[in-house]
Amino acid sequence: MTTIQVCIGSACHLKGSYSVINKLQSVIKEKQLDKQIVIKAAFCLGECTKAVSVKVDNHPIQSLDETGVEGFIDALLAEEGV
Amino acid sequence: MRKFETDVQLVKYEVLKEVSKLALEGTLQEKQRTIQKIVDPGPKARFRCCIYKEREITKKRVKLAMGGDKRNPNIIEVIGAACDECPINRFTITEACRGCLAHRCTEACPVNAIYHVGQRAYINQQKCIECGKCKAACPYNAVSDVMRPCRRACPVDALSIDDDKKAVIDYDKCIQCGACVYQCPFGAIMDKSQIVDVINELKNARLNKTNVYAVVAPAISSQFTFAKIGQVINAIKKIGFHDVVEAALGADLIALHETNEFADVIGEKGFLTSSCCPAFVSFIQKKYPSLEGNISTSVSPMIAISRLIKQTDENAKIVFIGPCVAKKTEAKNSAVSGSTDYVLTFEELCAMIDSMGIDIEACEEDDLNNASFFGRIFARSGGLTEAIKHVIEEYNIEADFKPICCDGIDECDKTLKMAKVGKLESNFIEGMACSGGCIGGPMSLHHGHKDRKEVDKYGMQAAEKGVKDSLRIFEIEKLNLHRSTGKKK
Ligand code: FES
Repeated sequence: MTTIQVCIGSACHLKGSYSVINKLQSVIKEKQLDKQIVIKAAFCLGECTKAVSVKVDNHPIQSLDETGVEGFIDALLAEEGV
Repeated sequence: MRKFETDVQLVKYEVLKEVSKLALEGTLQEKQRTIQKIVDPGPKARFRCCIYKEREITKKRVKLAMGGDKRNPNIIEVIGAACDECPINRFTITEACRGCLAHRCTEACPVNAIYHVGQRAYINQQKCIECGKCKAACPYNAVSDVMRPCRRACPVDALSIDDDKKAVIDYDKCIQCGACVYQCPFGAIMDKSQIVDVINELKNARLNKTNVYAVVAPAISSQFTFAKIGQVINAIKKIGFHDVVEAALGADLIALHETNEFADVIGEKGFLTSSCCPAFVSFIQKKYPSLEGNISTSVSPMIAISRLIKQTDENAKIVFIGPCVAKKTEAKNSAVSGSTDYVLTFEELCAMIDSMGIDIEACEEDDLNNASFFGRIFARSGGLTEAIKHVIEEYNIEADFKPICCDGIDECDKTLKMAKVGKLESNFIEGMACSGGCIGGPMSLHHGHKDRKEVDKYGMQAAEKGVKDSLRIFEIEKLNLHRSTGKKK
């Protein structure tokens, strides 16, 4: 099981983290990955200056926006073989 | 620059700041006795008869700032040494007395407390029962009525005067609204602080692997007139908080939850009251126990947001920061324990920021944006009602919602009286103990008639327009937003 934490702290929220979450949810549903991936909200991941902060398990924080979600999931599938 | 409304606020602030400083240094235990000399350097007294008395009072304030008597669960305590300057005798006859022939005062007095010497009437204060009949009877308006400000402020008659003429709080009656704390002109009634606990929690966060979150009440919008909210948020983070989250997001959660509850139970219960103001809830429990079943079982926004944060982070510790004394008691209530860990007031927040030498006005601006317009306007009277109306519409909930907004405890009392005898024309009572709502809270740094507008302005700046928008990513079903009402504390 892979956990994706998406930051919903104020700074990321204003940069669109709710849309990122909703997009992630729909992509995961579409690709029927809900058994492999869970999405969790987190208040502030500590990198407020980037775009929306996202953290996969214990990996370093990445920046993501709504348009990048699809590619992000594909990369994740390739890398982790989820 | 920071301005204090009164010197009462100022002295309390000075004490909190010094306590906070020493707690940060880790030398509070050894050095707490030095605070009285820092706050009252002498040799002249600032406010009292002499410097020794002043220092004695400061010593007591330090105790309360450090948490006070832990055996006494009540948050509000009287500082005996500070309380002795008010006229004890409520009714006195002034020089306006003409020494007339009619002596209506004497006749009106049911306990024979009025006597005449020479050309004047006097009240035997040992006999006087403070009924006020002499005042009503005097044709010259010569009877003056000076009620102690604390007693006048208390909505539940919990204050009395003991044999030593000091104010005493009847804790069985007290609803922790904090009105007396705010109203006592000598600052002789004070709320206990958790400032030391919070500082220790922050200091040990790394060791304990905890994340300490600050949850700020939307009333903050009218508080810091000298700085931008963003700067205050930045300052709060500099203190060491992991993040700052709006309590208003909890209000969004509650707006939805309470609306659903309303639609579910209204048929059976007839009417429902709000439950976000803890002093109002306590007022019903103590003064109108027969209506207790009509109090909404939804938790307050403070508890809701605390639970939401803890759902995202199991190492979270939550510190609520607001204008309220009653929230301090609410957080400890067994029906919701484990949710909000500590409660600070805006006064205490300021003292903490200043004790660390953080200059708010020089801080950068950080964002604070978690909630919708509707969550934010919970800070003022009428806000909850507007939010429920909005939710009914937005979620298409079927409900015949007929609200009445009670602004301040007197209005609450009137409406509850009607409800008790079955004469309520509405089916929802929004009750706020402080007039104006939370922005009129006893621990507000600022009380002003423009505050309501400030809240609305702040509401408009919310990124999320409605409750649905603001909750669209949360799994609300997994969140328990009920108070356990099984047993009362
Ligand atoms: S708000 Fe997202 S990392 Fe700080």
